Amino acid sequence: MSSGWVRMAAARDHAIRYGFIVLLFGLIAYFAVAADGFVSPQSAVFIFQSVAITGVLALGVTATLVVGGFDLSIGSVATSAMMAAAYVMVVLEQNAVVAVVACLAIGVIVGLINGWLIVYMRVPDLLATLGMMFLLVGLQRIPTEGRSIATGMTMPDGSVANGTFGAAFLALGRHRFDFFIPNLIPVSVVVLLVLAVMIWFFLEYTRFGRMMYAVGSNERAAELAGAPVKAYKIWAYVISGVFASIGGILLAARLGRGDIASGNNLLLDAVAAALIGYAVLGAAKPNAFGTAVGAVFVGVLLQGLTMMNAPYYTQDFIKGLVLVVALVFTFALSGRGKR
Amino acid sequence: MGNNAVFRVHGLRKSFGHIEVLGGVSLDLHAGEVTVLMGANGAGKSTLVKIISGVYERGGGTMSLAGHDFAPEDFAPNTPAEAIRAGVVTVHQNINDGVVADLDVATNLTLDRLSGSGAPTLFNPGRVRREAKVVADRMGLAIDLKARISDLSLADRQLVAIARAMAHQPKVLILDEPTSSLSSAEADRLFALLDRLREHGVAILYISHRMSDIRRLADRIVSMRDGVISGVFDRKPLDYEGAVNAMLGRKIHLDRIVARNSAKPVLTIDGLRIAEGSSAISLTLGDGEVVAITGLVGVGKTALAETLFGVRKPLSGTMVLNGKPYAPGSTGEAIAAGVFLVAKDRGENGIVGDFNIQENISLPFHRRMSRLGVLNRRIERATARHQIQELGIVCRSEKDEMSALSGGNQQKVMVARWMSQAAKLFILDEPFQGVDISARRDIAAKLRASANGRATLLFVTELDEALETADRILVMSEQTIVGEHRNADIDLERLLAEVAGGPLHSAA
Repeated sequence: MSSGWVRMAAARDHAIRYGFIVLLFGLIAYFAVAADGFVSPQSAVFIFQSVAITGVLALGVTATLVVGGFDLSIGSVATSAMMAAAYVMVVLEQNAVVAVVACLAIGVIVGLINGWLIVYMRVPDLLATLGMMFLLVGLQRIPTEGRSIATGMTMPDGSVANGTFGAAFLALGRHRFDFFIPNLIPVSVVVLLVLAVMIWFFLEYTRFGRMMYAVGSNERAAELAGAPVKAYKIWAYVISGVFASIGGILLAARLGRGDIASGNNLLLDAVAAALIGYAVLGAAKPNAFGTAVGAVFVGVLLQGLTMMNAPYYTQDFIKGLVLVVALVFTFALSGRGKR
Repeated sequence: MGNNAVFRVHGLRKSFGHIEVLGGVSLDLHAGEVTVLMGANGAGKSTLVKIISGVYERGGGTMSLAGHDFAPEDFAPNTPAEAIRAGVVTVHQNINDGVVADLDVATNLTLDRLSGSGAPTLFNPGRVRREAKVVADRMGLAIDLKARISDLSLADRQLVAIARAMAHQPKVLILDEPTSSLSSAEADRLFALLDRLREHGVAILYISHRMSDIRRLADRIVSMRDGVISGVFDRKPLDYEGAVNAMLGRKIHLDRIVARNSAKPVLTIDGLRIAEGSSAISLTLGDGEVVAITGLVGVGKTALAETLFGVRKPLSGTMVLNGKPYAPGSTGEAIAAGVFLVAKDRGENGIVGDFNIQENISLPFHRRMSRLGVLNRRIERATARHQIQELGIVCRSEKDEMSALSGGNQQKVMVARWMSQAAKLFILDEPFQGVDISARRDIAAKLRASANGRATLLFVTELDEALETADRILVMSEQTIVGEHRNADIDLERLLAEVAGGPLHSAA
């Protein structure tokens, strides 16, 4: 009887730990059988490319989740960075380096403002970043009076913008490295992998990452252990802002224009990836590895569904469903939510 | 005396799990009398109040509430609302629980009528204001009825909460530490209101640690200790020291420690003031010495601990640590200077719930365990294992979750955290709170055995804990030090008198 209980508990432990990984491989196996051409290097790269931008954003928001916060402004930071990159190159006729620096600056500044609002102005994190999201959605439209930015567009004052996206900048979105097969791995995937390894190492192995987890779990205890809690929180939002602006750079480089209508799904997909990450390996907390797996999971799901000709309007529903299931895994089954 | 008891509790029991919190409490409350209930943390006061006010169900015993005909009827409220309807009203410690901050005074005063059954569906501001004025006048409350609660001072909010409670015309009013966040001028207004209620014949149960409140208000004092009534004092003049005595208990242990003297000063405090209007604190702590500061709840023990640890700044005064000026601007600076604090209430201030034992122990010392920012987990694990051995923490391994440990072992982890590196000044605030007797002995023994090379300072409310652990005992009252005793042939009478109010204030 009692050994039965122990076995059941162990089985549940395993279900919590490996449930999502098993589900991921199950999904891949299913699509491999059901969808023609799903198992191929090209398909894999396509999945990686489609998750590269949301993955980068998700890694950034993971940093804010670690300190017990949340950042709803990441999607609008990314689109603002995209519009800024286009504006700098097309209207101001500057080179790729200036554009990248301008985008990163936007990420840092928004992160600092978010952190300042939350830490010093005591605005709750969801509300502060929600406000910042609305602000940025509006702000990015002001310089062009609401129009998308492309070479040859007419400016509000009647002049014509003649700048172009530099080749170096476009390469960020379009160049592919050779990897066994020529022209296989896109730059954005490399950027995602590098950032994922960086943030994973930072959170798991450095004292700063460890203290960020402490701040997220018990802020008062972290402060009484000598940590500058306010600085850690602000840093988390700066990381989130910078990662989001990198996502925006990749988006601009892929599109080759400042498209006012793109990037609508970034926030939802990135947050879903980070929250699914809670359930990976039974971590029950935000973590970089889980976020990366979560992003791949969402990518595999959408690519598979697309290849099976599922209508586009079912995809958001399925994403939401997966997210809810993942949250049940994390909070109900592992008993962590009871605290 | 027996037949004017309005409210009577007899043999009340309550257990949570297998822990008995109330072991048969009997208590009478009389009309037009203020009964003060005293008891240390964990004595069972709040459990008693919560049973009377219908929050908890009683585990045994009877309660009776006399009706107008003085025929006792059984009183067993299942909800706070039932208790209020029956005539027992409780004002809880947290003032904001008693008022709705976003509404005006008038609405707050009539809130129960508005939400009760049979209330008119439409809100009539004129009528509400008229009814509120009746309530306010009866209480002698001079507050603008149109003011929003959130614009009022804490004291005014408290008065509104009490006036609102009194709108039910209760027979019994229970106040749980009502002055804990009030200034003395504000408290005076509360006392004037309570005097008025006493004249109206309300039986008042007043829970407080503040001796000045108790001297001002008490007609009777009831002391509680370990879930039972340990003393009832109603002969005038009231025996305040006896009441404190009964509350703290006075058991002198035979395994008394041998008090040590110290020659080498580690920390010198000069003219330190931690609260507006309090007297300055000056003291010296020596190398190898264990000093306990004792005093009732709310006399400033935690404030002093936090001042030493850089959480708050003193109003004036200087500190010298090992010959160098010491004025920490943050907890980080205090730790860097070698001043460590085991904060009270480990769940709130100490334990990081998502971390295991090893990670909890290393928390303040990451910098010393890192190279180029990268944590050396081997050193971290070795430190944790060593500390688990040193303090005898019962666990499977250093990877155990904190929630898997008993309270005593959790506290040992907190002490182990701060003993994992050498301190110059080691402060522990209520280190024995929620700790079983064997863990308490272990921790105390460890503190004494390792005392050389640092000064150790404990803040404890329970006198026993000070007597068991310290070489020297200081008494704190009203935000300052009022007495000093070497822990050998202690004059307990004098010490208890100092705890109860201090010779400095006995004339007042």
